[in-house]
Amino acid sequence: MRKGHVNQILLITDGCSNHGEDPLAIASLAKEQGITVNVIGIMEENRHDHEAMKEVEGIALAGGGIHQVVYVQQLSQTVQMVTKKAMTQTLQGVVNKELQQILGKDTEIEELPPDKRGEVMEVVDELGETVHLQVLVLVDTSASMKPKLPTVKEALIDLSISLNSRIGENQFGMCIFPGKNSDAEIVLNWTPRFDSLSSIFPKLTTGGITPTGPALREALQHFKSVRSRKGLLEAKEEHDEFGF
Amino acid sequence: MNSASNIPLGTVIQGKWHHHHYRIVKELGKGANGIVYLAESPNGQVALKVSDDSMLIASEVNVLKSFSKAPVKTMGPSFYDMDDAIYPGMLQKRSFYVMEYVRGPLLLEFVKQKGDEWIVVLMVQLLSNLAHLHQEGWIFGDLKPDNLIVSGPPAAIRCIDVGGTTKAGRAIKEYTEFFDRGYWGFGTRKAEPSYDLFALSMVMVNCAYKKEFKKEAEPEKQLYRAIEGHPLLKRYERVLKAALQGKYQSAAAMKSAMLKEGQLIASRKASQKKQQQKNGQKPAVQQNQQVTSRSRVAAAKRTPVRKKSGGLFETVLIVCSVLALYCAYVVLFLL
Repeated sequence: MRKGHVNQILLITDGCSNHGEDPLAIASLAKEQGITVNVIGIMEENRHDHEAMKEVEGIALAGGGIHQVVYVQQLSQTVQMVTKKAMTQTLQGVVNKELQQILGKDTEIEELPPDKRGEVMEVVDELGETVHLQVLVLVDTSASMKPKLPTVKEALIDLSISLNSRIGENQFGMCIFPGKNSDAEIVLNWTPRFDSLSSIFPKLTTGGITPTGPALREALQHFKSVRSRKGLLEAKEEHDEFGF
Repeated sequence: MNSASNIPLGTVIQGKWHHHHYRIVKELGKGANGIVYLAESPNGQVALKVSDDSMLIASEVNVLKSFSKAPVKTMGPSFYDMDDAIYPGMLQKRSFYVMEYVRGPLLLEFVKQKGDEWIVVLMVQLLSNLAHLHQEGWIFGDLKPDNLIVSGPPAAIRCIDVGGTTKAGRAIKEYTEFFDRGYWGFGTRKAEPSYDLFALSMVMVNCAYKKEFKKEAEPEKQLYRAIEGHPLLKRYERVLKAALQGKYQSAAAMKSAMLKEGQLIASRKASQKKQQQKNGQKPAVQQNQQVTSRSRVAAAKRTPVRKKSGGLFETVLIVCSVLALYCAYVVLFLL
């Protein structure tokens, strides 16, 4: 079997977008292109921003992904759980589609008798282990995020330890918003490891606005740039793209 | 995501496919992805895990089933049944699986009650279990005192949550920071024997200190300091450090190293004692001082030493008398 691809955007934010286009619209666009948008909202101990948390949920829903709202201390485990769970969800979707082709339209994994489910789950687990995973992390660097950035860095390095323990390949990238001179700025190009983050994070500056929508658009562009380049080199692999 | 709502006690859950009935008795534990209940079945008490995620249930059952194979049988709970739930007042689709209800105190409770001398015994037992599990191609993953129960008598250490158990060579499915090699910067989260051995060493550290601690700036040195700073861990310093560094390729190798270290300690103690008696000193004046400082642990450890020499004498006596009786039997009846 040829190896498939799973593409994800992971958005880490602590507030509402307040600049540029609607992030929900861009998230829907991402989903259409086979890129799942997952969102982690960081809560403050004594301040609940309902508006922001509603947006967190909305973006994930539109982007076909998973959302989770946590305190900053739980970030490491959450980043990992969300990424893995979303990947499993995507793969289950793929397997589900295959099953429907074989067994008929209305067959879902849940409709199978318990014994058979185990076998299907084996296939999903196997895919999750070997699939090529590409994650672009979007980090909110508005002023309120400043004290949380060291924890974000730790969490991302930890994520790369986990994912690099898999058999499959990984590509990570990172984009911050707002950027130095624009709404969003790619600070780390595609790389198999997140180790280089340690040198990037101290240089990050935080700014005032939260242009979540434009940042998502920038992220999409970044996926595209890789694809078109890859398209020239290994046109064949495009056929194995998971997601729809 | 964590929408697992409680099922009222007394509810009878019916299985959609296999039609078995289970009455919920009480909650045993709650995790991020499900709740475990004590339940009554026609065949007695069982543990029942309920979750909204039917695929997760399927995946854990896969692990439990392979645990039911011969050599690793006693390590985890036996698997009985898996089904989709039907019960009055159910709000969303839920699945469950049924397994053996393992009785006994959690590892830390047991050690607190019975004393620290049990720690090494139970760890050696756990190493035997892990050796079998690894041979079957599985890595336990989420090894921690909360997942370990001491059932018995005779005391036997058993694992109650197999959610982290992963096929060797893949990435560990579930883990807990304090016991995780990746968290402390000692290596990857690849499922391999040395991953479990790291976790086991941290379980031992946790048992000795009775608490967990946060990672500091230099995690490696911090863990070494922790080992050097506790009398029990200090004794097994070489083994523990080697295990943390991933130097043991198998649980069996770590087990024999641990047993060897234990023997060394025993013989060193014995020779120390002889030396002291030769020098005509009253034995263990220094040790007595230690007894006052860490009273219970040391006291508990000293008694068995005396018992051992008495035990040897008794054994010889018994063997002799049995031999004598056997000779009498041969002479009187057979000749």
